[in-house]
Amino acid sequence: MEMQTKKEANATVVAISGRMDAVTAPEYEKCINALVTEGESSFVIDFTSLDYISSAGLRALLATAKKLKVSSGQIHFACLTGTVKEVFDISGFASIFKMHDSVSAALVAIG
Amino acid sequence: MHRDTLSCIASVEKLEEVISFIEDCADHSKLDMKRKMGLLIAAEEAFVNVCSYAYPDGLGEVLVSCAFSNTEFEVEVADFGREFDVLSIPEPDTESDIMDRQIGGLGVHFIRKLSDEASYRREHGQNILKMKINLAFNSDII
Repeated sequence: MEMQTKKEANATVVAISGRMDAVTAPEYEKCINALVTEGESSFVIDFTSLDYISSAGLRALLATAKKLKVSSGQIHFACLTGTVKEVFDISGFASIFKMHDSVSAALVAIG
Repeated sequence: MHRDTLSCIASVEKLEEVISFIEDCADHSKLDMKRKMGLLIAAEEAFVNVCSYAYPDGLGEVLVSCAFSNTEFEVEVADFGREFDVLSIPEPDTESDIMDRQIGGLGVHFIRKLSDEASYRREHGQNILKMKINLAFNSDII
């Protein structure tokens, strides 16, 4: 799994690629936690190039989202497709996160 | 049915090796990309469960085997731990909101949902979980 971050005017966009599994998911949490420590509170996660996510990945997404909610931050998800979208649907995760078809739509929603 | 088996220690450090093994086998079958990804996720959940719970007193062995024919592809994950049917775990919470949402049971949910048939048997002192994909349902078949 690889992550690329890009600072936009109102949020940091984190693009994840590859596989988010039981081994790699903690890296995602570490990355978001580090950005929060630096003062960021608004995130867009870009799933365009993520091929695979298991329950360990969902656990990491949920943990960071809970933390951000407590600190009045926000996190939006963009561009879920294929198997990753299916995993969100069957776990009911699609209904608890703010989901968008594009990164730009997510940035608009953050405002 | 052609069958290949990988034996390794029950440790998440071996996850990549296990997934690559299954992916190699799948690439020799008619499994399409989307269903292959789903099956790999189901297999990860089964393997990680074994790593987490099968050997509370230390390390043990896991056997992962793949077999396929023209009509089906199956993965079996076997451990030598105490008798335990992972499919007996109840369905998870998939409805509560973000702050109340629990992740427990989601792995087993994926095993059930991302395979066409999941079954458990106890045989020769092993817990064996079989996940089967029916290749007749392949999305690339018109």
